[in-house]
This record gives sequence, structure tokens and C-alpha cells, in this order.
Amino acid sequence: MDIVNEILEREQKKSDKYKPITVEKHLELEFDLGSLLASDTNDLDIKTLKTNKDSYLLALTRDNAQLLLNKVWELPTERIEEAIVVRLPQPTTILPRAKPVPVPKPLTKWQEFAKAKGINKKKKDKLQWDEQLQKWVPLYGFKKTAAEKEKNWLIEVPQNLDPMTDMYEKKAGEKSEKVAKNELQRLKNLARAKKVKIPRVGLPVTSDKASATQLSTAASVAKASTASLGKFQDKLPKEKEARGKGVHELIPGKERKRKAPIPTPAAEKEYNLNLLDNILSKRPKIDMDKAVAKSINEEEVKRSHEKKNMKPGLGKRKTQGKGNATNFSAKKPKAGKGKRAPNKKSTGRKRR
Amino acid sequence: MPVLQRIKKPTTRKGKKVLLSKEPKPIEGPKQSIFLQGRNPSERTRKLLKDIYDLKKPDAAYLSRKNDFVPFEDSSLIEKLCYKKEAALFGVGSHSKKRPHNIVLGRTFDYGILDMIELGTEEYKAMSEFHNIKVLAGSKPCLLFNGPAWELNQDLTRLKSLFSDFFHREKVETIRLQGLEHVLSFTATDDGLIYFRSYRISLKKSGQRTPRVELEEIGPSIDFKLRRTKLASDDLYKEACKIPREMKPIKKKNISRDAFGTKHGRIHMGKQDINRLQTRKMKGLKKTTEEKKKILLQKKKDKKAAKQKQHVEV
Repeated sequence: MDIVNEILEREQKKSDKYKPITVEKHLELEFDLGSLLASDTNDLDIKTLKTNKDSYLLALTRDNAQLLLNKVWELPTERIEEAIVVRLPQPTTILPRAKPVPVPKPLTKWQEFAKAKGINKKKKDKLQWDEQLQKWVPLYGFKKTAAEKEKNWLIEVPQNLDPMTDMYEKKAGEKSEKVAKNELQRLKNLARAKKVKIPRVGLPVTSDKASATQLSTAASVAKASTASLGKFQDKLPKEKEARGKGVHELIPGKERKRKAPIPTPAAEKEYNLNLLDNILSKRPKIDMDKAVAKSINEEEVKRSHEKKNMKPGLGKRKTQGKGNATNFSAKKPKAGKGKRAPNKKSTGRKRR
Repeated sequence: MPVLQRIKKPTTRKGKKVLLSKEPKPIEGPKQSIFLQGRNPSERTRKLLKDIYDLKKPDAAYLSRKNDFVPFEDSSLIEKLCYKKEAALFGVGSHSKKRPHNIVLGRTFDYGILDMIELGTEEYKAMSEFHNIKVLAGSKPCLLFNGPAWELNQDLTRLKSLFSDFFHREKVETIRLQGLEHVLSFTATDDGLIYFRSYRISLKKSGQRTPRVELEEIGPSIDFKLRRTKLASDDLYKEACKIPREMKPIKKKNISRDAFGTKHGRIHMGKQDINRLQTRKMKGLKKTTEEKKKILLQKKKDKKAAKQKQHVEV
């Protein structure tokens, strides 16, 4: 009994030595342990606040801090690298963000296609085994061009091309075309994502006024946008045709004036010599077509004269009544026998 | 890597990284802050902002040049600077006869001003005036808001959120128990006075697992007086507080827990026709041809009987 009492007394003394960790409050505090925050809604003691500001605030803060830390100590502890840590819950105070929530970007044309087909991206390693060179070659980055140069120290000119073409230049040209196409497609994707309207040909209007060429392109495209592809649209007296890359695809009704291919030196030489021969030679040149047409014309003229000079007795005479309007026996004159231009004298083939 | 939607692609890799860091992210890091001087700053405001800057290092920038502007009238300078420094929080100090020792604390959203609150400093005791050991820089402080006024007054509610935004450092998942050593207390009275005090925690033995807390005042001791406010509209504030979908906790609807803590799940099944249930095939239980014939005959008889009954009733 005594021993028990003694032990109890000792424990009592021990705990008396220590200050209490409990705090009495009228209203419970609201805790947000995730952000180590506590709100005390109890009324403040204005009198003590006015008189002993600092000591009152110290005491108040100490009490609230004690309560907060009591709560924190109740949380489950873990041991991470020799330190005892406490896992905090999610914070309940919602603080505003610095930037708005990111909007999911619309997929590009390729991404939509890949999604529909189920194509996944395959990760490529930087180094690839090259059979020709028999070594590991980087696919991009450092030392890629050196490896490529080593591989293509010689490029053969294929049979169908002119033997004098510079294959390296051609390769560089193709690459720059690919880069330009890629850039164009990237910009188109960007325009689709930002919902900016872009004309099919040419650049979009940047300032509020379009330039003359842009307007003429727009007018030509609009003209060709009828059901008959602009064939029956009248042209203004001084309207100029729209020119530029890609415009003719949008105006399908138009016939393209094809530029004659540049003749080879041999062909040009032959042509020039023939021309000189024709001019300088003294031989009479016979234009067969003209001669044939002339003889045919002469024959026709002869025949017409013969017909005119025929005896009036011969041949069926038409009985001309007293201007009988309703003479149904009179035949309608057949079409297509008249001359286009009766006074025209020159004959022969029409020259272009 | 996310794609930048810009017409002109960044030429350098570093430039691209910088641009990507400016893009909005679903989970944001700690907010950066800038402190600058407005029109005619006083020594008190300068020291005060310097102290707050010390508390917020390294996520803060202190600009020493004097700028002749008034935040409440012209906020374009702040917006520009915040854009340059990628800062979401700002503090401006100024002094005039009408508003002595004035500081404006505010925050931005999407490079535009969200909230701006003007506080006047009545009393100020700098950190340097307290001659004792300070707290380790960068530690997450405990925030205490005393007084019922924080909930009752709408301006003070916003100010509470602004103060927690300013001083809470960043969101952490775990915290070292020994590392809880800084307390900031904000006490609001009914007449618009706000007492800001900063203490260092010392944990004493208490005979139990939870230690006894003792405080010692270290940092700045400021008595604020709430002056003008320019708060964001409710819509803008609501938009700023939107949580991205990735962060929203996914609720599973058919899981419940009972009093003992056992997890219960509900499975919803369609209607089942007992006669047509597919069970395991047991060859011995298969009906023989004679049995099948019997059943057929029985069915026919039943049908006839039913018909006759009908005739009779009719």
C-alpha cells in the first residue's frame, strides 16, 4: 500500500514539475493541418490587449500553438532517413492559383489520325547500327552530319536524270522543301488550334487593309466559286488576272497558258537555220495547203458560173402564184448554204 | 514535353525551357513575390518590406528603385513587373500625410491583379531589434489567426487568405517534428487593427509524448490598420480557385465503410431469369430422351386442358 502510494506521489510530483500541455478554450479552434493553420474564434480580451499587448498576445499565441502542435503530434509518424516526420493531410484552405488551369490543347491533324488508327510512338535510340559503315551512327545531334558525310561521300546520278545535275544540291533542296512543308503544316495546325481563319492561298491579312495582290487573289477565287466555275462571270474592263503560287488550282475553269519548253541548243540551232534558209533562198516556196485551197476555190467558182449561165428553159420552173402566202408546196430554203461573208474575196486557210 | 503554341519557335534550348516554365501547370510551385517602393517611401516601410522579404527568401525579390506610382490608381507597373519576374505576390510601400507608412499587399492571377489590400503600420519593431537567435530560413511556419473578426468581416476573410498565401511557403506532404519552429500569429480586433507577431517555438519536456510549447518573440512585430481594399469580384476569385481535374479526389460511388471499418462494395446486376441461368454442365444431370418426351407430352396436355377450360368458361 505504502509502496503504491509512494509511487503515485512520485509520479504526481514528476508531472507537477512539467507544465501542462492542455489548454482550456470556450470554443474549439478550427484546424487546417495541411497548411499548419489554426483559427481561434474565441473573443479577445480587449482590456488586457490594450494594457499589456505583447504579453497578452504571447500568452494567447502560446495556447493556440500548443493546441495546434497537439493536433500535429496526433498524426501518424514515419521515419525517413533518421528523421521522424509526420505525414500531413491535404490542406483544406483553398488558395487562388497564380495562373489559370491549363486547357487541354486540341490535337494536331497527325495526332488525330494516329489516335484513330491506333498508331503509337516508337522510341528510337540515338545510335543506330549502319550496315554500310559497320558502326553505330547517331540518328541526330552531335556527329550526325559527319557520319552522313562519310556514308554519302559519293552520290550516283540515276539514269533518268541529266548527268550534270548536282546531287548534293538536289538533296539540300529537297531537305529545305521538307522543312518548309513541315513549317507550313505546323502553322496550319496552330491556326486550327487557335481557331484563326486562313485563306487557302497566300498569307492571311495582317493589318485591317489587304494589299492589292491579296484582293485580286480573293476576287479570282470568288469568281471561280460559282457552279460553272466562273465561266460566265463577266470581267471588268481593266481587271487583271491573279497570279501567284497556287492560284491556278483554285481557278479550275481557266486554261493555263503553258510556257513553251526552253529548246535545247541543238533544236534552237536547227530552227534558226531553217528560218534563215526560208528567208534567204531564192527558190520559190510552195505552200501546199494554200495551193490546194486555191484550186478547190477555183473549181467552185467555175461551177457556180456554169449554174448561172444555164438556159432558163431547162429545169423545173417554179409556178409563182399571185403572191399566194399560203402556198404550202413552197419549200423552205435549206439552211447552211449561205455564205458567211458574201463580199469577202480572200480565200485560203485562216492563219493563227 | 508539352508543345508551345507560338508562331515563332524559340531558337535556343534555354529559351524554350524558360517559355515552358511560364506556361500554366496543373500543380503549381511556391508563389514568387516582389517588394518595391511606391511614391515617397519612408524608412519604416522600407525596413518592413525588407523584413517580410527576409521571411520569404528565396521565393522573393526586393527591388530597391523608387517608383513614382500609386498601386490603387495605376496597377500596370505592378502587372508588368510581376510578368517579368513571374511573381504572383507583391508588396508596395509608400508614405504620405494622409496615409502614413502605408503598405499595399496583393496578389495577381493570370498576370492581372486579383486582390490588393492597403495596410497602415502604426507600430513597428524590426527583426534586428530583437536580439536573439532567429529561426532557420526556409522553414514552414505555423499560422494562427486569433479573433472572431477574421470570419465575420468579409475584407478580413480575404486578408486572411492573403496572409496565408503570403506566409505559408509551400505545400508539403511530410514535415519533420523537430522542424516546427516558427509561429506567425495574426490577431484581429473589431476596430480594424491587426497585430502581427512572430515567435520561435521551443519544445519542452512535458512528461508525455506531446511536448510543451514555449514561445520567444523574434521577428518583426507590426500593428497594422486596415485601410482601403480592392478585392477581386467573386467570379474572378472563383475562377482563380479552380482545381484542375487531376487534383480532384476521385470518389468511388459504390464503396462504403461500416461501423467496424470493413469496406463494403455494391455491384449492380441486371435482371436474371432463373430458368435460363447458365450453370456448370454435369453430364449425369442431363435429361435423357425419354424424360424429354415426357415433359413435352405433359406440356401438350396442359395446353389442351387450358384451352378446354377457356371454352367452358366462354
